[in-house]
Amino acid sequence: MKKSFKLENLDCAHCAAVMENGIKKIEGVHDVSISFMTRRLVLDADEGRFPEILKEAGVICRRVEPDCFIKE
Amino acid sequence: MSVTLNKKQRRSLYRIIAASVFFAFAVLLSANGVYPKLYSSYAEFLLFLAVYLVIGGDVLLRAGKNILHGNVFDEHFLMSVATIGAFCLGQYPEAVAVMLFYQIGELFQSYAVEKSRRSIAELMDISPDHAYIERDGVIVSVNPGELQVGDHIVIKAGDRVPVDGVVIAGSSELDTASLTGESLPRYVGVGDQVISGCINISGVLHVRVAKPLSESTVTRILELVESAAGKKAKTEQFITRFSRYYTPAVVAAAVILAVIPPLLLAEPFPVWIERALIFLVVSCPCALVISIPLSFFGGIGGASRSGILVKGSNYLEALSKTDTIVFDKTGTLTRGSFSVTEIHPVGMLESELLAYAAHAEAYSSHPIAVSLRAAYQQTVSTSDLTDVSEHAGHGITATYLGRRIAVGNAELMQELGVNTEKDSPSRQGIHVAVDGRYAGWLVIADTVKPNAVYAVAELKKLGIRRVVMLTGDSSDVASSIARELGVDEYYAGLLPQDKVSVMEEILTKQRAGKTAAFVGDGINDAPVLSRADLGIAMGTLGSDAAIEAADIVLMDDDLMKIISAIGISRRTMHIVFQNIVFALGVKFLVLILAAFGVANMWEAVFADVGVAFIAILNAMRTLKIMR
Repeated sequence: MKKSFKLENLDCAHCAAVMENGIKKIEGVHDVSISFMTRRLVLDADEGRFPEILKEAGVICRRVEPDCFIKE
Repeated sequence: MSVTLNKKQRRSLYRIIAASVFFAFAVLLSANGVYPKLYSSYAEFLLFLAVYLVIGGDVLLRAGKNILHGNVFDEHFLMSVATIGAFCLGQYPEAVAVMLFYQIGELFQSYAVEKSRRSIAELMDISPDHAYIERDGVIVSVNPGELQVGDHIVIKAGDRVPVDGVVIAGSSELDTASLTGESLPRYVGVGDQVISGCINISGVLHVRVAKPLSESTVTRILELVESAAGKKAKTEQFITRFSRYYTPAVVAAAVILAVIPPLLLAEPFPVWIERALIFLVVSCPCALVISIPLSFFGGIGGASRSGILVKGSNYLEALSKTDTIVFDKTGTLTRGSFSVTEIHPVGMLESELLAYAAHAEAYSSHPIAVSLRAAYQQTVSTSDLTDVSEHAGHGITATYLGRRIAVGNAELMQELGVNTEKDSPSRQGIHVAVDGRYAGWLVIADTVKPNAVYAVAELKKLGIRRVVMLTGDSSDVASSIARELGVDEYYAGLLPQDKVSVMEEILTKQRAGKTAAFVGDGINDAPVLSRADLGIAMGTLGSDAAIEAADIVLMDDDLMKIISAIGISRRTMHIVFQNIVFALGVKFLVLILAAFGVANMWEAVFADVGVAFIAILNAMRTLKIMR
């Protein structure tokens, strides 16, 4: 399943790359891409585990940039 | 330039101003030596430490947090180590100044990024915010998302068309510039399709909704452009990978620089530690990490504004390397509609011949009939027309004003026992007979688009090595059109599946590092579009399959869009390389100078945030549209 989200308070381009790499490693993620310019996160992951994966991705984002969060 | 800062940026600005004043005060005090002798060094240290904490406290905090999370090599960490190092060496003013400059640079950077994000958002501001729907004779304003197929909406002058639909009453002119880049308004009347995102300029239009918002053009364009960033160009991927190695490498070099030379050369540690700290400041790859994706996005955004949708940075990169362009003929190089190109009457006037032909074909909807009526230019009256009968595949016979008219190919003439002239063409012509006597022939052909010859010449000028034309037409027709256009090669008599194999053959002959693009109008080109290195669909806002299969979508069928698309792609790549060379050049220069002890902290800070700022400004140039 592929879905697009908005990353609020994404301020650093390097962080976006770090987040992308981190999320890629979550189990069940087929592909992920973060665009720093549009603050958009496109997540392609297993349908069954999607909500959990999204949650984990949120944790990764916060860890890289403390006030950054994923918005639908 | 109006400056609007967000909350975070404003806070940062106030802090920078406060710290600057405080800093100037501290520098003055220490320069004049006003401290009581005994306490001077302590007082100085405390004063600068206070300024340092005001300006750099958050950086220290972030660095600490990130280390706890296992991300050691980020810019906060590097800045913290560099400035704390400077403090330890007793260079208080330098430490504070470096942090101050870093923060000013960050503010500029954040402002520039925000501004470019906003210009992109503006570019994308084509979605309608309301729609007027007619319910039981009353017009109410609704959210465009609520509209359903079949609804009757009213579009007032000055409003955006909310969803795709068909005009059922009224007429007006539409400004399609934000979709197609075309500045001339387009006239629409009853029965015409209207595309969402256009602006209604003059009259009131009553429109029946053909697609809900989620399937309308406006939504599709926004989705295409927004998800474009997902497909990253090779250069972009390279930079991300590069920066992953670059920072640790420079940090390792810094450690070596701090330890080895003093031990080997028996020189004082502080000198080399300072040089190592400069290395740390320079090591941040921000300039590249921000400016390269920004350049690509700017290019994509600028292109979309001129009616060229690029589905990913990788395609923009591929387009800049295209040296072979393969065109599907019909609808791309030619109009895809027939028109009368030659009239050869025998024993009557041209206008007479045309009048007979147009009237005989008055009821037919065959493309040839349509072109005959279009060429006649006057209204075709059917009142004097009787006995119309169609001879399938051959033509039509009818009685008009009491005369027997036959319009059709050579077979029809033969069937009716009419002798055609010797020099009349046997295949391409449409023959006309009146009362059993041969009256002449007309040539009906698919005409070349007005600017096609010019466009092919321009492509050559841009350095496109091969321009190829594919067509299902016979070899005769293909060769004359190919000659007229000036294309290098043509393949005629192709079925749709043949086009794929021809494309494959062309692809195997491509030189390494160069790409071959296919341009088609998309109606049955989807397989070739997806097979080519780069599929360009033309004038196909309506065709879903083509939009799916193509990598680049031109919103109208203007061939010159290909020229501008290539121009935009090359310009973008040019700016990308400028930034790579500039950023790495300055950084390496400062690193070398620092290793020999020539560069100071100030230059190091410039090599970090200054370069990033300049690179961002440069990247923003890609947003500008070329005409």
